[in-house]
Amino acid sequence: MSITVSNISKSYKSVKALENIYFNVKEGELFGLIGPDGAGKTTLFRILTTLLIANEGSATVAGFDVVSDYKKIRNNVGYMPGKFSLYQDLTIEENLNFFATIFGTTIKENYELIKDIYVQIEPFKDRRAGKLSGGMKQKLALCCALIHKPKVLFLDEPTTGVDPVSRKEFWDMLKRLQQKGITILVSTPYMDEAALCDRVALIQDGKILQVDAPNAIVKHYSKQIYNISAHNMYLLINALKSYKYNHSVYPFGEFVHYTDQRADFNPENLKVYLESKKLSQIVIKNTEPTIEDTFMELAK
Amino acid sequence: MKRFIGFIKKEFYHIFRDRRSLFILFGMPIAQIMLFGFAITNEINNVDIAVLDHSKDATTEEIINKISASKYFSINQFIEKESDIDAIFKKGKVKAVLNFEKDFSKNLIKDHNATIQIVTDATDPNTANTISNYVNAILIQYQSVLNKDINITYQVVPETRMVYNPELKSVYMFVPGVMTIILMLVSAMMTSISITREKELGTMEILLVSPIKPIQVIVGKVFPYIFLSIINAIVIVILSIYIFKMPIQGSLILLALESVLFIITALALGILISTISETQQTAMMISLMGLMLPVILLSGFIFPISSMPLPLQLISNIIPAKWFNIIIKGIMLKGVGIQFLWKETLILIGMSVFFIALSVKKYKIRLE
Repeated sequence: MSITVSNISKSYKSVKALENIYFNVKEGELFGLIGPDGAGKTTLFRILTTLLIANEGSATVAGFDVVSDYKKIRNNVGYMPGKFSLYQDLTIEENLNFFATIFGTTIKENYELIKDIYVQIEPFKDRRAGKLSGGMKQKLALCCALIHKPKVLFLDEPTTGVDPVSRKEFWDMLKRLQQKGITILVSTPYMDEAALCDRVALIQDGKILQVDAPNAIVKHYSKQIYNISAHNMYLLINALKSYKYNHSVYPFGEFVHYTDQRADFNPENLKVYLESKKLSQIVIKNTEPTIEDTFMELAK
Repeated sequence: MKRFIGFIKKEFYHIFRDRRSLFILFGMPIAQIMLFGFAITNEINNVDIAVLDHSKDATTEEIINKISASKYFSINQFIEKESDIDAIFKKGKVKAVLNFEKDFSKNLIKDHNATIQIVTDATDPNTANTISNYVNAILIQYQSVLNKDINITYQVVPETRMVYNPELKSVYMFVPGVMTIILMLVSAMMTSISITREKELGTMEILLVSPIKPIQVIVGKVFPYIFLSIINAIVIVILSIYIFKMPIQGSLILLALESVLFIITALALGILISTISETQQTAMMISLMGLMLPVILLSGFIFPISSMPLPLQLISNIIPAKWFNIIIKGIMLKGVGIQFLWKETLILIGMSVFFIALSVKKYKIRLE
């Protein structure tokens, strides 16, 4: 096991940030921590990177205890905090050089590991980090976290505030790093990114909702979901919410995801109801549940 | 060691890329020393005074001439009646009025006694005091000329000699003071800001999750500022020697060593400040309020410690600047060596060790 977390709890004064968190991450796994803002993801990351001490429970990273062996962990992990945390007044190359030096290595020594990512920002290596675009900052931060060839990589919301193209690129990079044998723990508030992980833990309000592979999590979803669209989204949602048999109604892109309480639900009845509410161009189709649907259901 | 050098290199990048701070760092000492040296001074020069002469005879004229001939006073106007004194002070044109009594010469010859009233504007008590002393001195001198033929049997003649600063130049007092302030501010404020900046930017988080040791971070932060502060100290000493003609009586090497010691004390204090403040702003406020004011007020640089109330005298003992001020005045003005300054030196060493030990102990190896 690369990371083990058992019954970790942490509170700040009166606020409970984490409650009985448990999960294990296997060696070489790409593990996702999925949850909305304020779910406790950053706190958990800080506990695992030895920056905070949990009130209860224990955890190990790369085989070392996060409290007693914190120095060894600090030698063996790469950490990319949620907030961009490099020296803005240093250039790309200087930043990378600095982090290589303090980890007792050189860019040359581990160039192979960062090559794929670094070549993309290398043309700007004399530019100061503060003047880079969001995507480039992200790549630089990842390079800096990787330069000492860590056994475990912690990425706290690496794709927040990054455009969709860069996000996709970033996940491709993570997949390649995983193939090099690095265990990766990544957190994200984006449900669609969950499907890209080997396994995920859904977390909300400091509690774990479920830990499993993304497709397994989706299978747990027992109800049939319907994609519904009509000429007016707002009226549609209102109509569905006031429908007495509704189980859940969530806007999902251009559709509304709808589930019904009844086992013998007939979409035709719903269509009649919606038409009575003066909606037109009504389309109701079966669809497969996504992680987001599962999350919403579990978080209910 | 490589880590440490890498860290120091990074610190120098920060310092040299922040042009504005760099300008303040080196501009401030020059500006301060010029200000204190030229503008802020206790000496008086060409003070405007008025004369109310009720007798207008040969003696008063002679005295008036003597006073106006000195470089300290210039006679701005003559007034005619007592009631004008108040009016002229209210206008703020003069700082003092000399009021000669009626029949001045006659009284002097007949009664061997004549009076001059010196009225000073004491809204500025120090200046008022100095003016009256200067006028007195001129009068005493005039008196001794008058009396030179007369033999007074018993006479106590005070003979004052001002040692170490015979001309009582205030710049001699300010240079050591300014040097103390500058070294304290630059060293303590700059280090505390540079450590808290890492916390604020979040880079401290990454530094913590790395094998770099707390002592390496602390010494790495301090090192560049030792270097910059030494340059500052050298600039101040050169300015005071060449512009203010300040004599350095003692050994320059001792002065340099003691300055380095004081710089280290101040830096250690800066680190301590950074361990208790979370933001750059707090660090700056603590450095300014907590260091600058005590350094100016309680170090004995402007106000003599011996005339302070006892509680303040006791507090002044914990202010490193007080001890450095004694050391630096001793070396620069009195020319004494380490045999007279070992006690102060030991106190500074003790303080540095204490601050460094405390900050290494308080340095957080985690975020809380």
